[in-house]
Formats: sequence, structure tokens, C-alpha cells
Amino acid sequence: MIKGDKRGQRLLAIFALGCILLTYPMLQIFNHGDLVLGVPLLVLYVFLAWLAVIVLTALAIER
Amino acid sequence: MFAGAIILVSLAYIGVLFAIARFGDKRADRGQSIIASPYVYALSMGVYCTAWTYYGSVGRAAATGVGFLPIYLGPTLMAVLGWFVLRKMVRISKTNRITTIADFVASRYGKSTLLGSLVTLIAVIGIVPYIALQLDAVSSSFTLLWNYPDITSARSAGSAGVLDTAFYVSLAMVLFAILFGTRHLDVTEHHEGLVAAISFESIIKLAAFTLVGVYVAFGLFNGADLLYEQAAARPDLARLFTFNPTTIEFGEWTTLTLLSMMAILFLPRQFQMSVLENMDERHVAKASWLFPLYLFAINLFVLPIALAGLLLFPDGAVDADMFVLALPMHGQQQVLALIVFIGGLSAATSMVIVDTVALSTMVSNDLLMPLLLRAGLVRSPERRDVGGLLLAIRRIAIAAIILLGYLYFRLTGGSAPLVSIGLISFAAVAQFAPAVLGGIYWKGGTRAGALAGLIAGFLTWGYTLSLPSLHVIGGAPDSFVVDGPWGIGWLRPYALFGLTDLDPITHALFWSLLVNTLLYVVVSLLRQPSAIEHSQASRFVDAFQHTGAGEPLLFWRGAAPLDDLRSLLERFLGAARTERLLSTYARQRGVDWQTLTIADADLVQYAENQLAGVIGTASARVATASVVQEDPLTMDEMLRLLDETSQVLAYSQQLEERTHQLEQKSLQLEAASAELRAANERLQELDRLKDDFISTVTHELRTPLTSIRAFSEILYDNPDLDAARRTNFLEIILKESERLTRLINQVLDLAKLESGAAEWHTTAVHIGELIDDALVATSGLFAEKNIQVTVAVGAGLPAVWVDRDRVMQVLINLLSNASKFAPADVGAVQIRAHHAGGWLQMAVIDNGPGISPDEQAVIFQKFRQAGDQRQGKPKGTGLGLPISAQIIGHFGGRLWVESEVGAGATFLFTLPLEPARSVGSDEGMG
Amino acid sequence: MTHKVLIVDDEPNIVISLEFLMDQAGYAVAVARSGEEALAQIRTFQPDVVLLDVMLPGINGFDILQRVRQNATWQQIAIIMLTAKGRDVEVAKGLALGANAYVTKPFSTRDLLAEVRRCLNTGQNHDARPG
Repeated sequence: MIKGDKRGQRLLAIFALGCILLTYPMLQIFNHGDLVLGVPLLVLYVFLAWLAVIVLTALAIER
Repeated sequence: MFAGAIILVSLAYIGVLFAIARFGDKRADRGQSIIASPYVYALSMGVYCTAWTYYGSVGRAAATGVGFLPIYLGPTLMAVLGWFVLRKMVRISKTNRITTIADFVASRYGKSTLLGSLVTLIAVIGIVPYIALQLDAVSSSFTLLWNYPDITSARSAGSAGVLDTAFYVSLAMVLFAILFGTRHLDVTEHHEGLVAAISFESIIKLAAFTLVGVYVAFGLFNGADLLYEQAAARPDLARLFTFNPTTIEFGEWTTLTLLSMMAILFLPRQFQMSVLENMDERHVAKASWLFPLYLFAINLFVLPIALAGLLLFPDGAVDADMFVLALPMHGQQQVLALIVFIGGLSAATSMVIVDTVALSTMVSNDLLMPLLLRAGLVRSPERRDVGGLLLAIRRIAIAAIILLGYLYFRLTGGSAPLVSIGLISFAAVAQFAPAVLGGIYWKGGTRAGALAGLIAGFLTWGYTLSLPSLHVIGGAPDSFVVDGPWGIGWLRPYALFGLTDLDPITHALFWSLLVNTLLYVVVSLLRQPSAIEHSQASRFVDAFQHTGAGEPLLFWRGAAPLDDLRSLLERFLGAARTERLLSTYARQRGVDWQTLTIADADLVQYAENQLAGVIGTASARVATASVVQEDPLTMDEMLRLLDETSQVLAYSQQLEERTHQLEQKSLQLEAASAELRAANERLQELDRLKDDFISTVTHELRTPLTSIRAFSEILYDNPDLDAARRTNFLEIILKESERLTRLINQVLDLAKLESGAAEWHTTAVHIGELIDDALVATSGLFAEKNIQVTVAVGAGLPAVWVDRDRVMQVLINLLSNASKFAPADVGAVQIRAHHAGGWLQMAVIDNGPGISPDEQAVIFQKFRQAGDQRQGKPKGTGLGLPISAQIIGHFGGRLWVESEVGAGATFLFTLPLEPARSVGSDEGMG
Repeated sequence: MTHKVLIVDDEPNIVISLEFLMDQAGYAVAVARSGEEALAQIRTFQPDVVLLDVMLPGINGFDILQRVRQNATWQQIAIIMLTAKGRDVEVAKGLALGANAYVTKPFSTRDLLAEVRRCLNTGQNHDARPG
């Protein structure tokens, strides 16, 4: 397990990243109704970005 | 047939919940916790997902596309910060034995009962719509399923059937929540059974929802991609794939994200599960990705279900909030529909149980208990069993809260979308953000600031959000909302001060949090926090600096009779538990229980902490206050401390000298300077104690000062006071000033005597001369009251070897005392001096009222005077005799009194006639 | 109707000053110099406001406060603790036991009058407020 201090900084960074990925104006870039892999692009993007935040958090915590 | 099955399965499900809870509690009793796992912890946080998520999200998605998501993205982001924010709240709650969020706020701002009550009120009123939402969803789904296979009666506005069902559902919920939630009294002990059952419910609702999602995507349609394709072909559905100004705007998206970030921390049920029921801080870390993962999973199928519903039930034939249930019914999947219903039931019941447990605890601990305590409940002897009363209060509170929810449902007619009802509650609890977050990161926040912010924020919330929701009957807002009250445009609740073009939630959140935060900060900055606010502030803000449980600050300097303290504990905790707690304490501290009669400050603090676990910190403070005796720090203790200070001071001076001598020898120097350092540290400690000594003395100083200040202000404010009064008041000021001066001098004198710092000039003194001089000094006093004085000095007395001025001081003190107590005109005072076996014995005899044996015992103590109990205080400082005793003691003599009530008093002292050894030493006369 | 103020203190000069102040402000005034006397006066004089010292001969001020707060018929009596005991623990105790205000000696005559006026205005309100 890495030291608490470093872990805290990583978590803060992930929080900041999540805030940027999951709000306007980033969402505007993906604001299209086209289907990608059978799923609307915006929907696909939001879920993938969400999952990315979760996975990064898990890595920061568990490693 | 099917109707019976619905009820049977529902009952069976609830039976399973009880079994799990029982099992959890049993295991906990045996010390084998089944919930001490980060996975269970994360699942229990899933109580966040209620009927709102289960039914409402689909409804929201059917109207706004991805607009249902911010409610889950916010908690995800907050969970990432869990390592900082949530863990801090957990740490604080554990060290302070916090029982609810109201308790948390009350405790932070100086254990304020008022603040606790306010937070309780906001939470209860705020959560009522949320409970209404659960009742709405359960009764709608029940009605829908009841008519299987017809999919007709959806959530059509206010249909009588649904309303009646809602009533029965409410009653069932009341029963369930009471049976489930109030099995235990102590609220800081973990509700292991409850947590286990809630975690189980989290699994059930996720499983049921995923099942219906898979069925819809792959059973009704051949894969989610085909479903999306069909929807894309319809322009009215394709619009849901993107943001659109008419559906959901970015502003609202951001607002909802923020709002849900606060909700995940401050909703009473979230606080209960993630803060209070937390078993281990490390679980917080793991939950910061596990819990978001749960949210992610439960949202995967929301949009497909919404689209399928829109495709299969065109023209709004079925309320979108009920698609989850209507779709399997549409596909004639009877069993699946039943499972879906149970999933919804689990979502709703978990919310209702945990929220009502949390709220009823708040109502009993933070709202009613302070009132009951003030009304004298603690002291009244006939009320032995407060525990039973507490449980009764909590049960009634649960019933009242759920029925309020039903009432709200009736009033709003059950017409609004589920999500918009829930958001009203979110906005209410968001009002806690400045007080709580400010409270754990900013020491400057004060009680007054928190009160002002909360009240203003809550009122704004009520006006801009809650009130108008009651004015939107049957989907159409009335003129109160459209035109503003009395037609005043800038008071329109959804467009306050002309702030238009915002959705109601963003609008309400903007105004309420603005005034809330502003007032919290500004009012906090206006005044210094009081000492208790200050100490609680650092306990909260520096939570991580304090190690482990830390030593609790000793707030109570006071002690309490052990019996009082014990009976107080017994009333709230029961006899058995009290016995257990006290004996644990005795064992830990090595106290002998049999001989103890007074509980010291430490034990009082311990008892308060234990009580806090049951009735909350603020109430525990009030209850404890009633048995603690005030101000046990006596003058004697304080002077002893002062003494010690002086000794250490003298010691450190010696050390300094020695250090000087040993300057060359560096090794020894080092040792000496270490000693010096240690002495210095001790000095600083004693300095702090000296402050307490000063506070005791200032109590005595304040009395004359009070008169002086009051009369000065009166004279200043009333320049035209009549002459007689003026003179009278000025005389009082002069007299009190003299008293003050005398007091200050004597305190200094006494301190000097006791520390051994006084200088002594011993000379040969002839006692006859001394008496004559003392009589000259006091003749005025005797003349004033026309008292006769006689002197009898034995013949041939040799000189004594003493400090002339000091013994004169003693004599004058005794004479002025005699003049005070001897009656006017008929008073007679005798002074005698004679030889008594190597000693000179002197007596001052008056014919005053005499001194009772009780009083004789205390008059030589500091600040204790004869006459206290009888006719008000005599003039004097209460230090004359202690000083005299010190002086006589210094010369090896003794000062005492002989008296009978009604027969005058005789003060006697002895001085050695042998000059040699006793002079200049403090040896007693043996 | 004239409001009634009961002064409970055993320090004669302080009593004189309080009597003068309350009288000048137009209140009817009664004085008690001990704990027992105070309870008797509360029963017979039925004051609206009590200015209560802590260190009294006999029953002390905190005990009097507690007895008043336990008696249902005396709930609307406002109690202002007026004492030289100014430590936080004592202030907290006074407010916890239900005092309407806690004023420490020496007091400002203006502040004290304002406090009395506030208590009379808020009537039955027993909110604890820092003194």
C-alpha cells in the first residue's frame, strides 16, 4: 500500500478529472445523437467516463 | 388468486428481512459481526437508491434522456473525496459519540440544544416529501400489479384507489419501521441487524432491476442496440439522446450534480449508514469505488427501459414512472412482475426504515429530550425508567413522520414526477452543507453563525421550493406561483427578485445556499467564539491530529455525588448497564468502588459521554449539569498550587545559579540545563493552574467592583440626581473601593506569606508597648460604637523576639474583628497577655454573639467569614484570620478561638518567649 | 401593567444599585437576600423577571433556577443569572439549566436593562443565549 499522503493527492487529482469529464463543456463535445456501437454517443461517453473515474479510484485505493 | 400471491410474497419478503436482522444481531452479541466488511458497508450505502431510483429514474429518463444521471454522478465524485470528507466525519463522530447529524451540528457548535432542535426540524420537514415519494411509488406499483394483467390504472393523478392504498401502505410502513427500527436504545452501538438487512435489500433491488433490464433489452427487444436503433428512428425519442434546451440544460445538470454531492453526505439515512454504522475507517477507502460501482450498475438499464416503455406505450397511456413494472406485465411475465414489485418494495422500505430511525432518534434526543430535561424529568424521583419513555417517543415519532409523508402525498395529490419530489428533500438537507463542512474545516464558525445560516437557508428553501410544490395541484401551478403572492412579481417563488430562466431547483438552491453561506460566514466573523465553541471547533477541525480516542477535554471541573450520578445513569441506561459501565471504569482507573462517594471530573466526563450515546451530546450536557456541583476548585487547592509554583520557581533559580557555577564543565552543564528545561516545563504547567487561582480570587474581587461600576454608571447617567442620594452613592463607591484595595493587598500579602517570600525583621518587642500602639490604631473603631476596652498585661513579661509590624498586624486584625462583633454601646473588649509555661499567651475577648463550632472550623480558611449564614456578610475580606494564622505560625506559635454561641468569642495566640531556634523557621510548636 | 422584577442577592450595595436601576426603569421591585427568601418571594410576589445571584446563603442560585424550571406554573418566569461566577462551565451550566440569560458581574447597567427588556419581550421564550 502506498503512503496515505500520495494516495490523497491522487484521489484529489481523480476528483478534479471527474469534475471536468462529467460536466459542461466537456459533455458538449459528445452531444450527438449518432449511434456508436449501437449506443447513442452521449450516453456511451457519460457511462465510459463514469467507469473510468471508478476504475482510477479503485487503482488509487487498492494499489 | 394473484392478488393473494402479491400480499403473501410481500409478507414473506419482510419475514426474511426480520430473520436476517435477527441473525445479524445475534451474531453481533456473540462478537461475530457479519457486517464488518467493506462490501457490506458499500452495499449499506446503497440505501441511497430508493423508489426514486427504482421507478423514478426511468420516468426522468423518459422525459429528459441522460438527465437522470447527475444524481448518481455527484455521489460518485463525493465518494472519491470520501478519504478526506467522509472519513473525517466518521472519525469525529466516533471520538465524540455522535448519534445523529443534528447531534453532529449541535456538538460542533458548543453542544447547543437550540441548534440540535433546528437541524432536527429541518431534517424532518425536509424528508417528509421524500417519504411521500416512497409511499406514492409503493402504492402505485401495488395498484398497478393488483389489476394484473390490465395495465390501465397507472399513476393517474390522485385516483382514489391509489390514495387509499397509500394509506394502508403507510400503516404497514409505520408498523414495519417501528418493529424494525426501535429494538435498541443505545444509538451509538451499531445496529448490526439493521445494516445486514439493508445491505440485503440493496442486493435485491439491484438484482430485480437488472433482471427486468435484461428482460426488456433481450426479451422484448433483440438486444439493446436494436432498441436504440428503433428509438433513433423516432424523432420524438431520438431527442432524448442529446442535451436539449427544452429537456435538460447544462445548468441544471451541474446543479443536480452538486446537490447530490451534498445529499450523499447529509441525508439522515446516509449519515446513519456511512458515518454512524461504519465499523472501520478503512472501509471508507474501499467504499469510495465500490459504492460508485453499485450506482453505475443500477443505472445501466435505465435508459433502455425508458425507451422501451415509450415505444410500447405510446401517447402516455402508462405513467413513465411505472414503466419498470408495466413492461414485464406487458410481456405477460407474471413472476417477473412480482419480482420487480418486491425489488421496488425493498428500495422503498430500506429508505423508510433508515430515515425514520435516524429522524426519530433526532426527535427524541435533540428536540424533545432537552425540553423534558428542563421540565425536571431527570430529577423527579417517580420517573425511574427513562429508557422506556425514550423508546415510546421514538415510536411515536416514526408514526408521525410517516403519516406526515402520507399527508403531503394527499395534499400534492400524488401527481408530480417522483424525481422532482425527491429533489425538494435534497435541497432541504443541502442546507446543512455550510454548517457541517464549514464546521469540520473552519474553526471560526460559531453557533450564532450556524443558527443564522440554517434558519435563513431553510426559510428560503421553504419559500422557493416547498411552499410552491403545495401550490401546484393537479399539475397546474396557481396564481401564487405564476404571479407571485398578492400579484407582487418580484416575490414569485420560482423567480425571486426577478431571477427568471432558472429551473426551480437551481433557483432555490442558488438563493437558499447563498443566504445560508453568507450569514454563516458573516455572523461567525462578527463575534469571537466562546470557549466551549472554540474547544469543540478544534476537536472537529483537528480531528486527525488527535490520536485515537484522545483524551476528552475536561469540561467539567466539577465533581458530583456518586449516588446522584449513578441514579442519573440508571434512568437512561438501566441498572445493569450502569453497573457494568461503572465497574469497567473502576477497573480501568484502579478506583476502589466501595470507598468512593464523590465522582471526580474525569468520571463525570465519562458519564456524560456514555449518556451522549443514548440521548445525544447536547442533552447529555444538560442532564449532567443537573447533578454536577459547581466550582469545586477551592481557594485552598489553588493556593497550594500557587505554593508549588513558588517552590519550583525557587528551585529553578537555584538551578540557574548552579548552572552558572558549572559553566566550564560542559557535561554537568548539559545535565543541569536538562533539569532546568524540565523545571521550566513544569513552571509553564503551573502558570496555567495559576490562572485558575486568579479566577477564584477575581470572583471575590468582582463583588466590590460590581458595586463600583454600577453606581458609577448610575451617577454618570443621572446627572440631576438629588444631593442626598448622590452623596450616598458616592460613599458606597468609596467604601467599596477601599474594600477592593484591602482585598488586593491581602491577597498579595497572603501569597507572599505562603510562598515564603515575605521578609521578616525580627527584633525584641515588648508586648505592652505593642498593645498600646495597636489600641491607638483601632481607637476610632471602638469609639464609633462606644465600646469599652480593658487591658490586662501580666507583670514582668520579658520581650518576645518577633517582627514587630507583623504581630501588630495580627493584633489590629483581632481588635477590628472584635469591634465588628461587639454590640454598640454595651460592647466590652478585653485584651490579656500573660506568661504560660515558656510561652506568651495573648487573648482578645469580645462580648458579641459568639461563634458556633461549625463556624469555628472554617473561619481560618480563606474567604470564609463568620456571619455568612446569619445576617448577610460582615464587612471584611475573609482573609484577615488566615493571614494572622500564617504570621503566628511563622514564629512557632498558634492562633485559635474559644467561643460559645451567645457568650462572646475569645481569640488566643501564643508566641515563644525563648528567642533562639524557632525564629526564622517554619517549625510548628509541637 | 407594570412588570415585576425580583432581585436575589446578598450583597447590600449591589442590591441598592439594582433596586435603583429597576425602579428607575419603571418596574415593581422586590428583594430577597437568601435562597429560601427567594423561593418564598417567587411564590408570593410572582415576578416576571428574576435577577439571580449564585452564591447565596442557604439554597444557591443554580438550585433555585432548577426548582423554578421544574415547576410547571413558573415556566414563564424569565431568569437572568447575575453572578461573579463567569467561567464557561458555569455559564454553560446556567444556560443548560434553563436560564434565559447569563450576565457576569461586574455588569454594564445598560446591558443589564436591555437583557431584562429582552426577556420581558420574548415572554415565554426560553432559548439559551450567551450572556
